[in-house]
Amino acid sequence: MLATLLLVFREVLEAALIVSIVAAATRGVSGRGAWIGGGLVLGLVGAMLVAAFAGGIAEAMSGMGQEWFNAIVLLAAVVMIGWHVVWMARHGRELSMHVKSVGSAVSAGSRPMTALLMVVALAVLREGSEVVLFGYGLLAGGSSVTSLAVGGLLGLAIGVAVGFAMYFGLLKIPMRHFFSATNGLLVLLAAGLASTAAGKLVQADALPTLVETLWDTSWLLTDQSLTGHTLHILVGYTAQPSGIQMLFYGVTVIVLLIGMRLSNPSASKPAAHSPQALA
Amino acid sequence: MRFLLILLLSLFSMSAMAEVKEYTLTLRNHKFVPAQLTIPANTKVKLLIVNEDPTPEEFESHELNREKIVTGKGRISVFIGPLKPGKYPFFGEFHMDTAQGVLIAK
Repeated sequence: MLATLLLVFREVLEAALIVSIVAAATRGVSGRGAWIGGGLVLGLVGAMLVAAFAGGIAEAMSGMGQEWFNAIVLLAAVVMIGWHVVWMARHGRELSMHVKSVGSAVSAGSRPMTALLMVVALAVLREGSEVVLFGYGLLAGGSSVTSLAVGGLLGLAIGVAVGFAMYFGLLKIPMRHFFSATNGLLVLLAAGLASTAAGKLVQADALPTLVETLWDTSWLLTDQSLTGHTLHILVGYTAQPSGIQMLFYGVTVIVLLIGMRLSNPSASKPAAHSPQALA
Repeated sequence: MRFLLILLLSLFSMSAMAEVKEYTLTLRNHKFVPAQLTIPANTKVKLLIVNEDPTPEEFESHELNREKIVTGKGRISVFIGPLKPGKYPFFGEFHMDTAQGVLIAK
């Protein structure tokens, strides 16, 4: 039961933290509950489909289908987050003023809520499919349903509780800095996902590592510790990153920051005259 | 975004296609056989993981930065290295109490 609890908790935590950041970033958007709920449902259905076709996915791409599938799912989430933060750079100021004055009366408008729905769905899909396969394996192996259900539900409950704690913690950030903070978190989240995607493609031998181990901070913080795991989810922490992972991380941060800078109307430097190209 | 995609695509085409040596790990009763495997250091190797159990398992190693699901009665291959000499523990995430092993790069 404890093994089930821990595994479910680890997987749920990843999805829960991502959802909590998305929920905070959409503060003040009317109907956001439906968008986030839609993302969760879509992700759960996707997770079951992925688990059901795990064998087929694994055999695709000469046995490297799993890596490619994960990398594509991760990079799709990176693009969706990028779309959102660039949009927010342009509209964030008016949004935070609206939230301050009229509470939650801002309509979604042209806001790319689909992007965030996809981010939620992709996170749930990735983590959920592992839980489904794990649970299926235990049941097929003759484990008791009760111990699986109790462990699973407890793991789920603790993971969701941490997600809520994160969400309410984020809401405490003063309104003046709120959307810059959630945007910053989203940029780091995207960079971490891009770095994980690079790791998957190295595993598939589709990318060189450049440098196998750039540094090793496992003496300080291991990946499997709770703090290390949480930081891995939030900002892509890895104790032993490869060169290509760092490259993906850096390129994502730089591209998103440039995108935000160019689309921010108040940062009207002469260079920022073609913001349309990025939207 | 377009810039990022172009960069990604150009990196994909750089993949190395050199011949690599293959090593096999078998999963039997949720244990790795052999539980300790020696591979050459500073060389890329291909690890073939054969799951003889009817239930799925996830091969995972933090030290190796590897994570891959192998279905019941299925087999997967994972590229490893080139590694510096040393010990690299791995485990089966779905049966962590029994499925433990270590890769030794010499």
